[in-house]
Amino acid sequence: MAAISASALAKRFGRTVALDGLDLRVEAGEVHGFLGPNGAGKTTTIRILLGLLRADAGQATLLGGDPWGDAVALHRRLAYVPGDVNLWPNLTGGEAIDLLARLRGGLDKRRRAELLQRFDLDPRKKGRTYSKGNRQKVALIAALASDVELLLLDEPTAGLDPLMEVVFQDFIAQAKAEGKTVLLSSHILAQVEKLCDKVSIIRLGKVVQSGTLAQMRHLTSTTIEADTAQPVTGLDALPGVHDLQVHDGRVRFAVDGAHLDGAVRALGRFGLRSLTSQPPTLEELMLRHYGDELHTNGTAAAAGSR
Amino acid sequence: MSTATATRTPAPTHRAGGDSTLTGTGTLIRFILRRDRIRVPAWLAAITLVQVTAPSTYEGLYPTEADRLNQASVIGENPAMKAMTGPGHGIDGMYTYGAMMGNEYLGFMVIFVALMSVLMVVRHTRAEEEAGRAELVRANAVGRHAPLTAALVATAGTNVVLGLLVALGMGFSGVDSIDWAGSFVFGAAFTAVGLVFAGIAAVTAQVSQYSRAAAGMAGALIGVAYGVRAIGDVSDNGLSWLSPIGWAQASAPYVDNNWWPLALAAAVTAALAAAAYTLSNRRDVGAGLRAERTGAAAASPLLGTPAGFAWRLQRSSIIWWTIAMFIAGLAYGSAVDVMEDYADNQTIQDMLDDIGGATITESWLSMIIAILAIVCTIFAIIAALRPRREETSGRAELALSTGLSRTGWVGTHVAIAMLGGAALLLVSGIGIGIGAASAMADAGFFWHVLGATLAYAPALWLTAGLTITVFGLVPRAIGLAWALLAYAIFVVYLGGLLQLPGWMQDLSPYTHIPRMPAAEFTALPLIILTVIAGGLVAAGLAGFRRRDLEAT
Repeated sequence: MAAISASALAKRFGRTVALDGLDLRVEAGEVHGFLGPNGAGKTTTIRILLGLLRADAGQATLLGGDPWGDAVALHRRLAYVPGDVNLWPNLTGGEAIDLLARLRGGLDKRRRAELLQRFDLDPRKKGRTYSKGNRQKVALIAALASDVELLLLDEPTAGLDPLMEVVFQDFIAQAKAEGKTVLLSSHILAQVEKLCDKVSIIRLGKVVQSGTLAQMRHLTSTTIEADTAQPVTGLDALPGVHDLQVHDGRVRFAVDGAHLDGAVRALGRFGLRSLTSQPPTLEELMLRHYGDELHTNGTAAAAGSR
Repeated sequence: MSTATATRTPAPTHRAGGDSTLTGTGTLIRFILRRDRIRVPAWLAAITLVQVTAPSTYEGLYPTEADRLNQASVIGENPAMKAMTGPGHGIDGMYTYGAMMGNEYLGFMVIFVALMSVLMVVRHTRAEEEAGRAELVRANAVGRHAPLTAALVATAGTNVVLGLLVALGMGFSGVDSIDWAGSFVFGAAFTAVGLVFAGIAAVTAQVSQYSRAAAGMAGALIGVAYGVRAIGDVSDNGLSWLSPIGWAQASAPYVDNNWWPLALAAAVTAALAAAAYTLSNRRDVGAGLRAERTGAAAASPLLGTPAGFAWRLQRSSIIWWTIAMFIAGLAYGSAVDVMEDYADNQTIQDMLDDIGGATITESWLSMIIAILAIVCTIFAIIAALRPRREETSGRAELALSTGLSRTGWVGTHVAIAMLGGAALLLVSGIGIGIGAASAMADAGFFWHVLGATLAYAPALWLTAGLTITVFGLVPRAIGLAWALLAYAIFVVYLGGLLQLPGWMQDLSPYTHIPRMPAAEFTALPLIILTVIAGGLVAAGLAGFRRRDLEAT
């Protein structure tokens, strides 16, 4: 069963197109990474799923219900951590945690104490005195201490230090083990690589690629480096091989997933001394989709500065 | 730097003018003027206009020398009037229009000048630090003292311009006895009070970490300054010399034209500014001198409910309003016996007769009840605007992602606005009732006054309801919520004097409230207003359920 399914979602704000036919499917029990740069439409998607915004077109189903019409009933079964957490200035962090969890329908006191301790948060400080990271901790603790099926996390660790990032990853792993579904919007690629079963990459209001990391990697190329006894020749004639560099008996090239087998067999004929293969990083996957945009922005900026 | 000179360590160079703790002040001043290009002119225009139209209004109010002498004797003989006006320079002589301005208008008007200065200084010092923008600015080639200096220079400049505008406006008013020498002292008194409170705000902005607390402390001192001079003027013991407002009045424009109390104000301003700089050297950017207290580690059971949540956000505001409204009611109620002294003044008779009261006392009570009811409505509007504030600050996004429904969330705040507003009416009524009953030594007044005050609840509800309608349907135009109140104030104060046509007066919900105790009670208008209020709330809630939540 899908915990989240959205098809052809569209939303514009005045003349700005935020979502342009977005499709998204998150299965129950999976941790789903939602990747894309600022302004791609991640937050708008999540706000539509929360019934805070109404889509101009398209369908969305959340935990079997309608995000707009059944908002209150659905909200009791989910917890949300916004990317920019704003707290009530005169409520303490502990009060805000209890308030949010109780408005969702109750909190696990033991879990709350554990979270406070692991995240190292002083719950007696007033909301206005917390730094960005600590405000995020308040919303995270409130979400993780609530007894819910679905976690919607919008760049939840943007203000956290690396130690807290590790704590966060522990708790997400724990949530997954308990069978909770997590939609994790992020642009920390290492975090997504570590935590997520599936990834959707969003660009200009559309999901441009979705699947497991393994599936995605198959679609892109692997980098091979090898030391050989004899100089390597003729490799560039093989299908799917590119960026070939030969240097003092050392060879380096990229090969498409489908042609990996042929390339490695060919390499074996030259007497392999060492071989390393690097699967494509998430950065490379992202750059495949955004490389042209970086290029366009570069020229646009150059044009603008004239 | 080229490689040829890289081996030589360059000595730190000072550019022309040098880098000091004031570097960048000029740029920051221009930045302040740019940011306040609408706000400051609006303040200047409002204060100047109210002040320079006053002399001709007084010509109408007290047309003859006899009227002015009567007013002088009312103030001279009555401590309550002295507390509300000033020390009474010129009341022993002719009590000219000029003297009246200095005694009756100056002390009141400078409250707004002080408020303008406080808000301006805090806005460009502590508020910037609190928002984190000061850090961004200070990271550039900007000296440590530049932001405070820029705020003080810009505020001082604004006050000088205000003083000039007031002096010119008064001088050109052409009213008898309003001469140029007095007008410049009068304008300078405005400037002097503005400067002192700019200095006070510069100090409070160092003490507290939060702009609201900094402005609140300085604002409270405006009240203290007014209260100290009131006590000092009544008891005539020199206590007024402790109040900047007292100094302004001591300059006695159009009577003695004393410049030296204003020089005292300038000296105190310099001392306050020096204190602010000293304090600023002892703290970090963004930090206060006072440490923040910690609070409860867990929420009380009440806070977890929608109603408890809304109550918690509005609690302290309700408490302060309750105290203020009780004191205001008591003060105005006690002034009721003074009104008998005005029995011979035609203009005041006209103003009050319009209400159709049996006696001048009843008319006066009707008038102050109407005014205090409008003040209570200010609370109701602010409380009803709370959901909008939560929305624009991004906090509503978090609250509404829980099991809290949109209707329940807005509904609890509406309930607080309406019930809280009614409770404030009750408290004001009790205050006026106690004041009036004891001043007149007639316990019967208490119940009359209490009922008359509570009768305003439907008008207050309607105004709060309109606020919710605007919030639900056209949230960007939320300022409209205040327009109805401004119109109601205009009608209550000037409707009778300006002889506004009936339909214009009828547009204000307050017109339809029976003006007890002067007029008889009628239930029908109250029922109609309440039904309209309910319809406005329903429309607002329906609109809010259908629209997008606006988030940053």
